[in-house]
Amino acid sequence: MSALRELLRRGDPAIWLAGTGLGISVLMIGGMVALILWNGLGFFWPKRIVQLTLKDNSVVMGEIVAREAIPAPGTPEHLKRNRIQLKLGNRDLTGADFRWIDESDITARQEPGDAVYVERREYGPFIGTPVKLAENDKDIASGSEAVLGALPGYVSKAARDRAAIRALEQGEVGNINYQIEQVRLRGRSLDLEAARSPGVDQKAERAALEQELAALKAEYAALEERRASTSEAASRTVLTLRAADGTEKTMPTLDVFRIYPANRLSVGGRAGVYASRVWEFLTGDPRESNTEGGIFPAIFGTVMMVIIMSIVAVPFGVLAALYLREYARQGVFVRLVRIAVNNLAGVPSIVFGVFGLGFFVYFVGGTIDQWFFAESLPTPTFGTGGILWASLTLSLLTVPVVIVASEEALSAVPRSMREASLATGATKFQTILRVVLPSAAPGILTGLILAMARGAGEVAPLMITGVVKLAPDMPLDGFFPYVHLDRKFMHLGFHIYDVGFQSPNVEAAKPMVYATAVLLLLIVVLLNLTAIIVRNKLRKKYATSAFA
Amino acid sequence: MVMSDVVERPPITGKGATSGVSFSAPPQATGEVAIVIRNANLWYGQSQALHDISMDIPARQATAFIGPSGCGKSTLLRCLNRMNDLIDNVKITGEFLVNGQDINTRTTDVIEVRRRIGMVFQKSNPLPKSIFENVVYGLRIAGIRDKATLDAACERSLRGAALWDEVKDRLDSSGLSLSGGQQQRLCIARAIAIEPEIILMDEPCSALDPIATAKIEELIYELKSQYTIVIVTHNLQQAARVSDKTAFFWLGRLIEHSNTADLFTNPREKHTEDYITGRFG
Repeated sequence: MSALRELLRRGDPAIWLAGTGLGISVLMIGGMVALILWNGLGFFWPKRIVQLTLKDNSVVMGEIVAREAIPAPGTPEHLKRNRIQLKLGNRDLTGADFRWIDESDITARQEPGDAVYVERREYGPFIGTPVKLAENDKDIASGSEAVLGALPGYVSKAARDRAAIRALEQGEVGNINYQIEQVRLRGRSLDLEAARSPGVDQKAERAALEQELAALKAEYAALEERRASTSEAASRTVLTLRAADGTEKTMPTLDVFRIYPANRLSVGGRAGVYASRVWEFLTGDPRESNTEGGIFPAIFGTVMMVIIMSIVAVPFGVLAALYLREYARQGVFVRLVRIAVNNLAGVPSIVFGVFGLGFFVYFVGGTIDQWFFAESLPTPTFGTGGILWASLTLSLLTVPVVIVASEEALSAVPRSMREASLATGATKFQTILRVVLPSAAPGILTGLILAMARGAGEVAPLMITGVVKLAPDMPLDGFFPYVHLDRKFMHLGFHIYDVGFQSPNVEAAKPMVYATAVLLLLIVVLLNLTAIIVRNKLRKKYATSAFA
Repeated sequence: MVMSDVVERPPITGKGATSGVSFSAPPQATGEVAIVIRNANLWYGQSQALHDISMDIPARQATAFIGPSGCGKSTLLRCLNRMNDLIDNVKITGEFLVNGQDINTRTTDVIEVRRRIGMVFQKSNPLPKSIFENVVYGLRIAGIRDKATLDAACERSLRGAALWDEVKDRLDSSGLSLSGGQQQRLCIARAIAIEPEIILMDEPCSALDPIATAKIEELIYELKSQYTIVIVTHNLQQAARVSDKTAFFWLGRLIEHSNTADLFTNPREKHTEDYITGRFG
């Protein structure tokens, strides 16, 4: 009894308890990160392709994705036998990407050396063996070995052709489309003007517009023809593949993104495929309703949104904190404001989203449209969700965080430093500008870090203020005025939701969800790291005295 | 506001400010009075910290404020450049005449007052800037941008604060990289860079080792030929060494104010005697 009392007195159990608490937290965080990393990063590693012959003599080919015991509750068989999940691909032929196969049904198992994994434009991957390669209806190579030898050159040529067509579509064709839209809008504003002041002669302007439009349309037709012929020329090389059940499939090489003999690759070759897949993931556009390809637009949208949010939230937050801490008379009112600000930080984000939709999108955006973009109505310009409104909504959400952190930082600036400045004849404003704010900058940046971490991970308010599943145009591009704050955008957090839970092909999209989560974590870490480095630099610069 | 204002205004002489007679006013050695305090009272909220203090502080001499902790000597010092404005809920009455102008009015230009009356604090408080920027801070604040003027002022002030030889090769390094004694001299250099008439020192050596203290004392001794110096100190030897006049405070009241030599060798008041002989405090 007394030993127990002695133990309690020394506080050992408290130390164990605290240690356990920390241990559990670290375990949970570490486990989650490890799970996401393993699933997310493993997704890009090329797996081997197996060919299975089943009891009914059918043959299937694919990547083994999972293996599990078969649950059969109530029977002695329960969890005794295993089944494997095979990624078959070939959705255009079989209609299903995945298939569970009972291991007891398998009679033979092979890993054919000429089996290839093909990533293509539509219908998901194709798994099979190459048969022949033809150009203009003449065979270039036939037989799997010959085709495999000849293919790499054609695949990289296909990539170049795709890039050329894309450049044509987005560059010149996009340009013409933009100009045609401008002409249409000018016509619209002439209509509006005519409605306001009837009787004004607009014939000359109308004629000029007609002429311009005709010229642009002719240009467009020429470009369209060029695009079509380029595309047609590039489509003349076709690849024929055979699926495991003997069906043959022919596709233009233009549609082939990547092809590799999965069972023949060396470790170096696998690493090469891995690297090129990761690169595509980071820099490419999404394909197949976001379940394949890259997520660059989402990365770009997320980062741009966070930056706009910071640009708005930090000045407002710092100014508010300055007034609260330095100028306002400390009293009941200021205390109330402070409590309100703290509570604001805890309001559910969807509430901010609804406010953003009502205030920013419908009220502010609608008003802007009526004043400045009347000719495009009823198509809204700013009166619909967009990156600006989403960022502003998020900055409302994060401003309290910045205010609280900034206030803390301001109050931590030692009084002696303020006195030093004031005693030399500085005004309060000069003191704040030259001494207090620089010294508080590291703390303010801490607030920014917290705000960015919160903002980058928020999804709910964005869904109703401007995030979309697929944004055809980026908010930053080569067309005047280059920054399009009215445009809808993609966001990693929403991407995870959309791909994981709204996708028609959830099984195929699952690894994509993990990979996107990895990326979102990485971006948050990266943004934070940048702010932390800046903060530490400032801290060194404005370090308070070692004697203080 | 132009710096030349400060210089042009002639300091008032004792003749103009002897309307009220202080019971403890010491005989004037030079005849010039820098600061005249009349009937000063100060309250922190409800509690009164200064009780009806009247005294004349002579120009271009060092006056020491001594007394036990909490006796109001620092509070009075901070009244002289309106530093008590920074504290909420302070009420000050009475007159504080500098050059014949009361600095304790609603309409007083506080910035101007602080420019003419510099201050050195108990804890050295260099700004988190380079040594050079620390020294010329007051000038930059006043809007002086000319590099040559700033350079000259920096050198003059650092020489004045006996720090030039130690830091002239590293003016760009942080003021916080200096030792405690050097930091305090840097603060003195900052105070004299704006060419004040009066320098207030609030226990400037209390955080320093004896060697650094000796340097600062030597400096005060030199400075007082040019500036009026008011120094608050707990160190009686220091008061005896550096000051010409000494004022003893007790419980918010001015007990005795006379020539330093007289006060330490021949105190008129019992309290003073008890304090300087170490019987209380």
